[in-house]
Amino acid sequence: MALLETRGLTASYGDFQALYGIDTILQAGETVAIIGANGAGKSTYLKAIAGLIRARAESVWFDGEPIGATPAAEIMKRGIALVPEGRRLFPSLTVEENLLIGRYGRNAPGPWSLDRIYALFPAVRARRHSASTTLSGGEQQMTAIGRALISNPRLLLCDEISLGLAPIVVRGLYDALPQIKAAGTSVVLVEQDIVQAIKVSDRIYCFQEGRLSLSGRPDQLSRDQIHLAYFGI
Amino acid sequence: MTVWADALIQGILLGGLYALFAAGLSLIFGIMRLVNLAHGDLIVLAAFVILTLAAWLGLDPFAAAIAALPIMFAAGFALQYLLLNRTLGRGLLPPLLITFGLSIIIENGLLELFSADSERLHAGAIETASIMLSSEISIGVVPLLTLGSAIAVIFVLNFIFYRTALGRAFRATADDLEIAQLMGIDHPRIFSVAMGLCFVVVTIAALYLGMRANFDPTIGPGRLLYAFEAVIIGGLGSLWGTLAGGIILGVAQTVGAQINPEWQILSGHVAFLAVLILKPRGLFPRAAD
Repeated sequence: MALLETRGLTASYGDFQALYGIDTILQAGETVAIIGANGAGKSTYLKAIAGLIRARAESVWFDGEPIGATPAAEIMKRGIALVPEGRRLFPSLTVEENLLIGRYGRNAPGPWSLDRIYALFPAVRARRHSASTTLSGGEQQMTAIGRALISNPRLLLCDEISLGLAPIVVRGLYDALPQIKAAGTSVVLVEQDIVQAIKVSDRIYCFQEGRLSLSGRPDQLSRDQIHLAYFGI
Repeated sequence: MTVWADALIQGILLGGLYALFAAGLSLIFGIMRLVNLAHGDLIVLAAFVILTLAAWLGLDPFAAAIAALPIMFAAGFALQYLLLNRTLGRGLLPPLLITFGLSIIIENGLLELFSADSERLHAGAIETASIMLSSEISIGVVPLLTLGSAIAVIFVLNFIFYRTALGRAFRATADDLEIAQLMGIDHPRIFSVAMGLCFVVVTIAALYLGMRANFDPTIGPGRLLYAFEAVIIGGLGSLWGTLAGGIILGVAQTVGAQINPEWQILSGHVAFLAVLILKPRGLFPRAAD
């Protein structure tokens, strides 16, 4: 049974429809990348899975249960954690408090603990008592990933973790992904940085204007196919 | 000279009462940006709950207040869960209208049940007990307990806020409601717990209100005003600032009364206006706002 499946997932913001019938599937242990241009619906897709946008119940399945209409807090407790676009750390909380709050609703046993996250991101450990607003963009992103991991989710959703960061910082973040994968966590990556995304993923889906334009294994897709699916020209 | 020293000391002690009025208001505004216009009436309601429990169970006001705490926590939780949560997230106006309506309902409900007669919580000898500081200055035990309780309440609230998982959830929810949900925080429940806590503080405030002075169902809005002034003088978002705000208000009132007894209330409001003009964000605003 697939860990995550979307069946004809549609989503709208008021009158604006952002997703048109998206079918995707992710097996336990896999890393899947969602690529596409700005406004393709990638973030909307993640928000619908995480419960921040309500969808039809049967349009999202997690571990054999329909969760499309389930509230976000409940979905988190079942084991889906989202690293939101723009990091969105809590400014009133210190760095360590930002990590600890990540397991408020779910404190499942598993590979991820405060110490293990600090081992993954030593730069965060050094700043753990600082206000989260004083961190660099890269440190903020590491904290946001740690905040999502600490609940030991079964599925980690990452929304544009490379956005606005220097290439060397992005490389550092992506170097952490194999360790996350090795710990048994399944990952959905939303990325505009296609090169990074393709390198780490078992399968990619390309979105174009709210529709699925391409899917497949990275080694089976040609540059031209991806280019066409990404830009539509 | 002693009369001014006395006015200052009595003002600081009175400030403890205002800080107790204000702490609950500050807590709720800080966590959910809800301006609770019924706050003063809730204090009066709590005083009547203590009065009723004291009469039914034959308890002194302190014991009755302790008995009232769990009841009031549950009432606050229920009020938030069933009513006030529905008013949030739709702008500033719906919670204002609903709590204004609530204020009217509580006031008139209490008038209906208890009549317009003045009541008082009778605590016996402690009401008049005092400690002599000098031949001309003495400190009442109840006012001293009031200030001590205000400091204790703010200490405990700060502890909850900054040292517990619940407090982290309060701050996270206040920071970013959407992301807080991703942490598994059930925000309607968190808000209800916060209102329950607010009702506990309100009950403590009501105990001292009822022991220090007469109260009747109509005095709620006046208490709300003092609470607002204390919160705004102190600066939004800082509980210790709220204590300072209460004390400044109390001192302004007693010093004003020393100049001319008719100026007591007026000078409190003047002090409030002066702070608004000189430091519009209050004396101890939270840096992040």
